Amino acid sequence: MSIEANEEFRPKIVAFCCNWCSYAGADLAGSSRLGYPADVKIIRVPCSCRVNPMFILRAFEKGADGVIMCGCHPGDCHYSTGNYYARRRMTLLFSMLDYIGVENGRTRVEWVSAAEGVKFSTTMNEFVEKIHSLGKNVRLGDLRCRN
Amino acid sequence: MQELIARAKELLANGTVARVLGWKAGDLPYNPEPAYFEKEEDFKDFVYNGFCGANLSKYMIEASKLEGRTLVCLKPCDTYSFNQLIMEHRVDREKAYIIGVGCKGKLDIEKVKKNGIKGIQGISGAELTDDAETLTVQTIYGEKTMPYKDAMLERCHVCKGKEHMIYDEIIGESKDTKDGDRFAEVERIEAMKPEEKFAYFQKELSKCIRCNACRNACPACSCRKCVFDSNKFDSSQKANVDSFEEKMFHIIRAFHVAGRCTDCGECSRVCPQGIPLHLFNRKFIKDIDEFYGEFQAGEDITVKGPLTSFTFEDVEPGIVAERG
Amino acid sequence: MYKIAKENLPALFQRIAEAQDLILPIENCGQVNFGVWSEDAKVDIDTLKSVKSPKDAFFPQSENLYTCVREGKKIQITPEELQNKDFVVFGMRACDLQGVELLDKVFLAEPVDTFYGARRQHGTIVALACHEPEETCFCKVFGIDAANPAADVATWLIDGELCWKPLTDKGEALTKAVEDLLESDAGADEKVETEKSAIREIIEKLPYSSLSLDGWNGDALSEKFDSPVWEELYKPCLACGTCTFVCPTCQCYDIKDYDTGHGVQRYRCWDSCMYSDFTMMAHGNNRTSQMQRFRQRFMHKLVYFPANNDGMYSCVGCGRCVEKCPSALNIVKVIKAFQNQGGETS
Repeated sequence: MSIEANEEFRPKIVAFCCNWCSYAGADLAGSSRLGYPADVKIIRVPCSCRVNPMFILRAFEKGADGVIMCGCHPGDCHYSTGNYYARRRMTLLFSMLDYIGVENGRTRVEWVSAAEGVKFSTTMNEFVEKIHSLGKNVRLGDLRCRN
Repeated sequence: MQELIARAKELLANGTVARVLGWKAGDLPYNPEPAYFEKEEDFKDFVYNGFCGANLSKYMIEASKLEGRTLVCLKPCDTYSFNQLIMEHRVDREKAYIIGVGCKGKLDIEKVKKNGIKGIQGISGAELTDDAETLTVQTIYGEKTMPYKDAMLERCHVCKGKEHMIYDEIIGESKDTKDGDRFAEVERIEAMKPEEKFAYFQKELSKCIRCNACRNACPACSCRKCVFDSNKFDSSQKANVDSFEEKMFHIIRAFHVAGRCTDCGECSRVCPQGIPLHLFNRKFIKDIDEFYGEFQAGEDITVKGPLTSFTFEDVEPGIVAERG
Repeated sequence: MYKIAKENLPALFQRIAEAQDLILPIENCGQVNFGVWSEDAKVDIDTLKSVKSPKDAFFPQSENLYTCVREGKKIQITPEELQNKDFVVFGMRACDLQGVELLDKVFLAEPVDTFYGARRQHGTIVALACHEPEETCFCKVFGIDAANPAADVATWLIDGELCWKPLTDKGEALTKAVEDLLESDAGADEKVETEKSAIREIIEKLPYSSLSLDGWNGDALSEKFDSPVWEELYKPCLACGTCTFVCPTCQCYDIKDYDTGHGVQRYRCWDSCMYSDFTMMAHGNNRTSQMQRFRQRFMHKLVYFPANNDGMYSCVGCGRCVEKCPSALNIVKVIKAFQNQGGETS
């Protein structure tokens, strides 16, 4: 599916951002006037480790077309080790989603520090573009949420 | 079986144990049920044969709360589950007297019936004592036979071995019945195109009736209250809505037991719709093996589970997309 | 009496499905369940019992009642439409049929359940006699004749031919619509009679056919309720809902809301007395232990239901719970346990 064919398509993207690094990174992107598409809805979490696999699936269920999780770089977690656990969990969850036939471009993890406003903005732009190319999420949405 | 009964009676009589957790003969040749035996005369119904597939570790969660010790009969693969439950402090080792019972592969009555055998009146060859390779089934429609191997549960074809991981004593001989590759089916699915994978799971899970048998039989699913039973969480719970809920339930359930699942195969055994639920668990096991090194839950209670530990050099989640 | 060769059945199904929905046993991933016919569906009428009972056709596991959609400050409420198209259920067994009759007693009594009522009104049932009953069957105990299912149309599958006998107006109407595919055969009656006696003969030999229901009736309430036997019986129960969800007569349901993000869908779904939130109320739960929940299921089927319905048990002996219980518990074991108990004390 090309982007042209999806002109009308405005993807819904959920970004889980940890309070200490990635959310601050998003803030910096904003105050530096770096743009990223309004399709990205940020949900602030205390730590990337707070993201339960159910959050990701629920987001898809309720109509998200892509879900991205951002946290502190490994080694920089505010709580020392939270993102290491999150990394294992997300690796396994994404692998499972791939296994049941969900396009693996719809899920992503990116480590964004509070100083990386540029990275936040480029990541989000890239991700939105990727979701645009994948089109609407039809495999994981709940039919009841559509009408 | 006689040796087992004699020993159980002895332990009961000398006060070592307060009750025995084993199997009671059913009213059909293939439906023994898990049961407690507290008096000597109860043992007239005690049975242990090829149809005693239930993993009694799960029952030990409740039995650990009872007064006195419980003698429990565990097959080699059940002992992995028991170990895992000890690690999670869900059973009390001191409250259990474990007799490791022999196993030569457990039988799946569904497989017998799938073979066109119906109207079953009697089955011979399912006893642990005889080395018969064949099951002989007396039916209303005549006598039928089938190889023992063909009637075995899926999990027995990928048997983890005949060693008991934990026991107080062992009674009976075990046999390693492995003749298949544990991950063959997972690999077959992995090799499919995304739309084929999706169609495969969609079709299988469309059968799910949300009976929760998989969850309730699973020794790793030991939460006092399951997240899917919560009224505060907007889940369809017991409704089969045929869109997304079944997938979410089974993925989350597999995820919650990832790194703790011993691959005992109870979920697939009990599923009334024959959904190959072990394929979810084995996918996680395979990934864990690949990414974080080989791990068998319940083998060694001193080793931390893969999802409760980490290394600085772990692979990034992006690997899923990279490996294609 | 009409007949049709088994190999011509696809044409018959196609014809019925042209005019109305056709629900019949379909094999999917190794399991047979009732589903809507389509050209590529693998119809399986040889398997005796579908995993789930066909009660879904009249009382689906989950169904919407109404939908609320929020638009600005307004809320629009749309009730779900009642069944208004005719449909046919093909291949129900005598026990399943009795199951529907039982559901009628619950849902068609005042106040009538309109969703169920509409489905019953528009549904035509074609029942199939049980060619080879199995060891888990005990319909005879409840006075059901597996050889002679009294539906809108009764059919028998004999030697590669389906004998077809309309019994009601609905059945006659359906027969008329497919008459050119059927063959009138006066000689079939005799064949059917032979088949019937063959089936009845097999049923006599089944292990559960001699099961006695002595002592199970509406008057036995306190005696059965207070019996210590339950304490022993329930122990292997894992509290899953398999028995209730495969059962053709379990009729408890729950009503729940689903938040769609921009509105609410109110739906009802089967409930199971085995679940911890069964009949949960604001004050909490009536039954707090698994023993009580387990007891509820059997007391309902064998005591409470007969007490309110002139002695009619709400079990039809299909044996699905016997086959599917993960712990090999079932209603037959319960009935027998009480008999043994009676023997010991008296």
